[in-house]
Amino acid sequence: MLGKERPLAGQLSRRKFVVYSLAASTLTLAAPLGCDGARADADEPASSASRRPLDVLARGADEEMLVLEVTAANKVVVRLPRVEVGQGVTTAAAMLVAEELDARLVDVDIPLAGARAKGNQYTGGSSSVSSLYGPARELAALARAKLVTAAARRWHLPARSLRTKDTRVFAPDGRSATFGSLSASAAGIQRPDVSSKPKPASRHRVIGRPTTRIDARDIVTGKAKYAGDLAVAGAKPTVVARPPTLGGKVVSVDDRAARAMPGVHAVVRIPGGVAVVAESFHHAFKAKDALRIKWAPGPLVSLSDAAIRSRLRAAVPRLGSPPRGSAQTQEEFEFAFVSHAPMEVLTAVADVRAHRAEIWFSSQTPMDARVSIASALGLPKAKVAVHVLRGGGSFGRRLNYDAAIEAALISKAARRPVKLMWSRGDDIRHGRMRPASHHRIRASRVRGKVVAFAHSTASVSEADKQSGASAQGGAGPAVAPAAGPLPSDRGLYDFGRVSERSGSVELAMPLGAWRSVDSGTVRTAEEIVVDEVAKALGKDPVAFRRTTLRSKAVKAVLAKVANAGKWGRAMPPGQAQGVAVHEEYGSCVACLVEIDATDPKSPRVTRVVMAADVGTAVNPRGLEAQLMGTAMDGISTILQAGLHIDRGAVREGSYADFHYARQRHAPPRFEAHIMPSRRQPGGAGELGVPAAAGAVANAYARATGSQPRRFPLNF
Amino acid sequence: MPSYSFVLNGKPVTVEAPADMPLLWVLRDLLNVTGPKYGCGVGVCRACTSHLDGDEIQPCVVPIADCTGREITTIEGLADGDRLHPVQQAWLDRDVAQCGFCQPGQIMAAVALLKRTPRPSDADIDRIENVCRCGTYCRIREAIKQASRSR
Ligand code: FES
Ligand code: FES
Repeated sequence: MLGKERPLAGQLSRRKFVVYSLAASTLTLAAPLGCDGARADADEPASSASRRPLDVLARGADEEMLVLEVTAANKVVVRLPRVEVGQGVTTAAAMLVAEELDARLVDVDIPLAGARAKGNQYTGGSSSVSSLYGPARELAALARAKLVTAAARRWHLPARSLRTKDTRVFAPDGRSATFGSLSASAAGIQRPDVSSKPKPASRHRVIGRPTTRIDARDIVTGKAKYAGDLAVAGAKPTVVARPPTLGGKVVSVDDRAARAMPGVHAVVRIPGGVAVVAESFHHAFKAKDALRIKWAPGPLVSLSDAAIRSRLRAAVPRLGSPPRGSAQTQEEFEFAFVSHAPMEVLTAVADVRAHRAEIWFSSQTPMDARVSIASALGLPKAKVAVHVLRGGGSFGRRLNYDAAIEAALISKAARRPVKLMWSRGDDIRHGRMRPASHHRIRASRVRGKVVAFAHSTASVSEADKQSGASAQGGAGPAVAPAAGPLPSDRGLYDFGRVSERSGSVELAMPLGAWRSVDSGTVRTAEEIVVDEVAKALGKDPVAFRRTTLRSKAVKAVLAKVANAGKWGRAMPPGQAQGVAVHEEYGSCVACLVEIDATDPKSPRVTRVVMAADVGTAVNPRGLEAQLMGTAMDGISTILQAGLHIDRGAVREGSYADFHYARQRHAPPRFEAHIMPSRRQPGGAGELGVPAAAGAVANAYARATGSQPRRFPLNF
Repeated sequence: MPSYSFVLNGKPVTVEAPADMPLLWVLRDLLNVTGPKYGCGVGVCRACTSHLDGDEIQPCVVPIADCTGREITTIEGLADGDRLHPVQQAWLDRDVAQCGFCQPGQIMAAVALLKRTPRPSDADIDRIENVCRCGTYCRIREAIKQASRSR
């Protein structure tokens, strides 16, 4: 059966056998990923218990599969084609598997899969848990059935009399066997004697239980490894001297002084600047500073914020005429550029040889990265191995693989393995960024009812991808600006005719999708307008939303925060509450914020109450963490964190001037309410951003009696 | 190159390094002690936070020459074998971490705070400068209060 193709039914007929010759003696199952509910099983070839390897017939190549293995050491290993960047996907995956296998969570290992050639290996769009929910449970449930059947045959007992618990099978007489000890014989089971269906939700004991991250102990002891912590043989610390302006180019380099410095191994030119490879990052930074480089200014050198803002304003499409006889609430909003600024700067280790290359970094899009790296190096894709590592935050930043391509080019040019790290200054000054945008929104009212709601936007889009900083970015389809209306913004409210138009200003700037993508600005602005309309109608913001929201689920999360947050309670002057809702990714959320803006220049959000309905919340504790993170994003982007463009360059260069929130800006009181649900999981990682941002803006407006229109406010 | 001797997580070490080499790179690049993280290199983000003679420092701005004969503790040296430090335990109990990258620094800052101020007020906790880009601040606050109570 080895390697032999066998036609399968229908559209799958071109796919072939998967042969796990390395997993010769263990139970190994595979399920296609991305098709919820697909069954993993198939008619395996009969193979004698004494003769392996085991051939697992699965519907698709292993490349496209979620593969589960029960090792002889009693570990359940699922190599995950997703990246962990703090969102908790490895913990959620381990929980799904532990649930269906009745394995202990500590016995489940979720290493990250390296870049594959085919299949779904994209982490983004808040889709990770929903894409894994079906396949991971199906796989684990089938594995359990086979393990139980193997134990039944070993003990000559009816399979139905056996129980599973703590990574073991138990007989009624108290005997037990670890999954690991049964794995080899389970691998030969074709038809399990017990059901291999996932449990009904009513029997879930792991799914839905607040669970601590599986990597929490590694993190608090400093053992968790990120790209910069790897010890790849010979990979030397590397930094890049970059131009003072965005997209600036090297005219000439005098590297004599730098090369003469101790500990310097190589100085090479790459499209983004000049790279120094040295004995340590200290040596590398010092040598970089000793380079004498003449730079040609980038294409935006004549451009600053004011001009960008006026071009955006001019690019906003006309709203069209309002319905006859209607009264208007019309508002304009501006959002500045925002850095992703993940805590771990972009870092990539590359070992490029004449005929092959190996790269280690944290990537949301490793398959695209592999193709781009191969083409940058002039190697066939098959000769490029991409190892995916956990990332120290992302927020969309690791959709792009700027640093990985650079590291590969530097390693090739310097003819040695390198460990490239962008400095924090590189990270903030050279992008990527959430694009700046301008919004014009008009709500048309007739007799106390909104009959039309029009939203026209313009945002900066990335021009000239072949040159400048973006050439190394690999802006894949994942970061293309969303065209047309967002899934959420049509029909959230009963506002009659809803229209949305968008324009853009193309600039050669490194941009990228930022957590919640366009919703972070589009929906935030709309939630501010909803408050304005309520005010114009003399209505309370919660009461107005309650009567105009369409969906029961959204009304329910709103009611939850209004109740838990004591909406409408008396507040001292200078303090106020604000509220906003959002619906996207098959989920919805409401946020209630209390703010103390007694000093409008230094407001403090004092309390945040969020409620979310994400369908089945696999790990409520992880979901709460995601909501907490989005609350901080809302506080930061509305009140204080953004980027200025001065003459073609980003003004900010570290967290000293890019004012992402710190402890003193965080709400002393935070609570998240998770609505009970048995629906399939929706998305959760990005969901909270627009609601949090909208609620912070609305609270600030009510506390100060002002109309915040340009964000961040204190900038 | 000059050589410097100090005590790292309870063990004496000697390294050869330029006098102005920041402790962060001595730890990470010469000694392969990677718990302290680079987040800015200029003393702003505090991801590298560690202890020098029990006090909080940012190793990215402390030259190795200033460390001679002194005691340096990084996140790796906080636990007592398998027994976590109470602050680490509180971090686990509250499941503080998201991406985890800032957390070694956060924990070292919290330990130093609790040493100075065993019963920190909210205002004391607000003075912690460490950035957490994932926004785990509310759980950090809870974990510090828990660790403070458990002493
Ligand atoms: S790396 Fe030391 S403070 Fe940022
Ligand atoms: S946990 Fe990610 S930066 Fe703090």
